[in-house]
Amino acid sequence: MVPVSHVLALSVILFGLGAAGFIVRRNIITIFMCIELMLNAVNLAFIAFSRYLGDPDGQIFVFFVIVVAAAEAAMGLAIIIAVQRNRQTLSIDDLDSMKL
Amino acid sequence: MIAPLFYIFAGLAIVAALSVVLQRTPVYSALSLILVLCSLAVIYLLLGAQFLAVIQVIVYAGAIMVLFVFVIMLLNARQESPTDHSLFARRLGLPLLAVFLAEVIFVVVGHFSGTVFAAGATFDGGPGAVGGLLFRNYVLPFEVTSILILVAVMGAVVLAKKQL
Repeated sequence: MVPVSHVLALSVILFGLGAAGFIVRRNIITIFMCIELMLNAVNLAFIAFSRYLGDPDGQIFVFFVIVVAAAEAAMGLAIIIAVQRNRQTLSIDDLDSMKL
Repeated sequence: MIAPLFYIFAGLAIVAALSVVLQRTPVYSALSLILVLCSLAVIYLLLGAQFLAVIQVIVYAGAIMVLFVFVIMLLNARQESPTDHSLFARRLGLPLLAVFLAEVIFVVVGHFSGTVFAAGATFDGGPGAVGGLLFRNYVLPFEVTSILILVAVMGAVVLAKKQL
């Protein structure tokens, strides 16, 4: 069977890639997908610990994370469509009206 | 049998995740993300979470990613243009991220080196067991979730109106 540290390392790598994409990318949709990637990395850590500790509560947490991610995707994409309709752009460089 | 499968799909997930981050065209990113989600579903299956593996494929790779691809097509999102505005993010963000990752990997390897999962399944991850737990111990969070989804649906309808 696989060592626990390898599964957790996979989770950390996926989270890091998601966070790096969140920082580097400029397209608002790609940034949103990087957030989904980070959520999935956390889900993997939850399931690994749930299996390791023999505690099924971790799987319930993952269930709720997936539900919240679904709600978040619906809302976020609706916001993106509204932004595109009002500003005609998807690049976050042009969406800086809340910056100082 | 479990270990080789795990490493194959872990490698696939990392390559696809790299592709999500590095592709310039959002559609390619979305398709790579679907690959990540499916390989993670296989890993969930190997870790004994059968119900969540199926939910991952149906809800995540199915519903959520279809929504993403639909919006990308709807908005006609092309290649993003390179930028020079994010020097702060590149100079400070990425090194800080590297430090954070090194720290976490150090802790993970330090605490769990050599620890192996128990061979037999410690509990049943099928729909019966998860559903039983969900409706016995977690009824209140489950019901609160329905309100969350109702709010999300109403919010999406309001945001999608012509005149905001």
